[in-house]
Amino acid sequence: MSEITGNEIIHQYLRHNKKFPHVLCAGCGHGIVLGTLIRSIHSLGIPRDDVVVVAGIGCSGRLAVYVDFNTIHTTHGRALTFATGIKMANPKLNVITIMGDGDALSIGGNHLIHAARRNIGVTALVLNNNIYGMTGGQSSPATPLGSTTMTSPYGQLDKSFDTVELAKGAGANYVARGTVFHVRKLEKIMTEAIARPGFSLVEAITPCHTQYGRKNKYKSPVDMYKWMKKAAISVERYEELPEDQREDRLPIGVFVAKDRPGFEERYFAMKAEFQKKTVKGGK
Amino acid sequence: MARRKKRKEIFALGNEAVVEGALLAGCSFYGGYPITPSTEIMEIMSARLPKTEDGVFIQLEDEIASMGAIIGASLAGRKAMTATSGPGFSLMQENLGYAIMAETPVVLVNVMRGGPSTGLPTCPAQGDVQQARWGTHGDHPIIVLSASNVQECLEMTITAFNMAEKYRTPVILLLDEVTAHTREKIEIPNEGEFEVFSRTIPSMPPEWYKPYEETVRGVSPMPPIGSGYRFHVTGLTHDRNGFPSQRPEEVVELMERIHRKIDQFFYDIQLVEEIDTDDADVVVIAYGCVARSAELAVQQARENGVKAGLLKLKTLFPYPRRHTERVLAHAKSLIVPEMNMGQMSREVKRVNMGRVPVRTINRIDGQIVTPSEILKVIMQG
Repeated sequence: MSEITGNEIIHQYLRHNKKFPHVLCAGCGHGIVLGTLIRSIHSLGIPRDDVVVVAGIGCSGRLAVYVDFNTIHTTHGRALTFATGIKMANPKLNVITIMGDGDALSIGGNHLIHAARRNIGVTALVLNNNIYGMTGGQSSPATPLGSTTMTSPYGQLDKSFDTVELAKGAGANYVARGTVFHVRKLEKIMTEAIARPGFSLVEAITPCHTQYGRKNKYKSPVDMYKWMKKAAISVERYEELPEDQREDRLPIGVFVAKDRPGFEERYFAMKAEFQKKTVKGGK
Repeated sequence: MARRKKRKEIFALGNEAVVEGALLAGCSFYGGYPITPSTEIMEIMSARLPKTEDGVFIQLEDEIASMGAIIGASLAGRKAMTATSGPGFSLMQENLGYAIMAETPVVLVNVMRGGPSTGLPTCPAQGDVQQARWGTHGDHPIIVLSASNVQECLEMTITAFNMAEKYRTPVILLLDEVTAHTREKIEIPNEGEFEVFSRTIPSMPPEWYKPYEETVRGVSPMPPIGSGYRFHVTGLTHDRNGFPSQRPEEVVELMERIHRKIDQFFYDIQLVEEIDTDDADVVVIAYGCVARSAELAVQQARENGVKAGLLKLKTLFPYPRRHTERVLAHAKSLIVPEMNMGQMSREVKRVNMGRVPVRTINRIDGQIVTPSEILKVIMQG
């Protein structure tokens, strides 16, 4: 019997007869993230009935429709709010949100920091392509300083968010970053993120050649992947670098890995206490 | 005949009665954000729900998240609600539209206070009536209910949940600060004395199931997430399977069905109470705390020999046209008192079509419309 390849696994999980061809551009990294997510879920052996993929709005928001899980395409920036409700309503479900950088860091920024603070048992994937892709290439909070976009034609003036630092500051239980160029590593951290209790955040750096790259000196998708290859450095090695060599480098790997119980665990533990007392009281 | 079991009586705020009603209706999920004058609903829920068998309470970071969380909870099979006031109601409009589009039953209580903006946070108003009807963008149907006393707060909350579940739609319960903060004696109905409706769960195999099927009632069964029926939920226009679609024939089928599922059940949805309307020459049409003032005014007018009646609206939208037509058959004039610049009187005038004079009494100073104000207008003939 031949070995099952990655693609064969993926095909088992796609709504192949319903929703293809897909909306993503040639060269887009979003498909790689989705493939990685499928392999992670498959490797953990989670039944697909127990997986809920909650997506926001934008190119990343469209990913949910292609996979044969319970899928919810929500409103812009609000994926984590729906996910919080689902997880609290049924803590047995594995809830994974897919958000873009504009989705998670701009319009949904408040929900992101509070989901992290609350430590709700949801895995948040932030697909960072540095731009609002679907609306035609406007600058996002993840657009690097000086970049040219449709709404910063003279160069982006404001500094971008560091998603990892933001999530760390807000108290996330597990924080990691990967790129679609370093797929094996991305798969490893995504698998770990899903398996952890509490709130996990994985930032996946993914290229948008169509809306970001071609206006910012990355003439082809290949140039963008080459940039990822060159800029990325493991977080361990990054920390050994002297300050002056850190600029333009992108640390990837695991930044925070704690095992604090999720909000839902704490809530249902409190409920269990009440129920014990009620039984003792003979009611 | 067996004697009716005595009902438990409590001395409660309108907001407390909402909680009692919600729990009787099977609400097991509350997500919210504090705001005056609805906060007591949230506070009491935070104490009550954790002690029920499966109840979940969560305080969210804002009203946008509150609405998102209750929709998520509803998709996962819970009867879910939130409560808010003025500014919070504005923030909920986006996801309210999502719940309409994704046909997700939720209950949203809005305790109206003076506006616009921060307005009069501790004073009553009825300024959100048309916002409740049209606040979220796009063409949409909506069910908006109201209550004029504390007992009705309990009863209409149960009704709100039943309608949400029956029609797979969000239901708005519009209260005002006076009704929400009035404390009076109410009876808690015993089990079996009121209807509790829960959404239909599909019984067919998952591969046959379509979440947005074109059915006679216009409503498909709704399985909880995780029960083996995997489907796609979206705020985009979608086909019967829930997958996004821009095909004109599929868009029109969806839009017509979400309207039809409400429109063809007006007889079930439009609730009113009629007091002395059968022979009335002057009919007052009122809702919320103003309906209480109107009830007294109508009674006093009768004592003074004027045939007055009250049409109390318990359903604000879809507007009870049929009931209004019926009083118009003999009424010589209508009076619409409300605590806004004339939001429900627009609906009354639309139905009246110039047949009889429609007089309005409007207060926008954060004070209630008093019985004597209404009586004065009735006595003017």
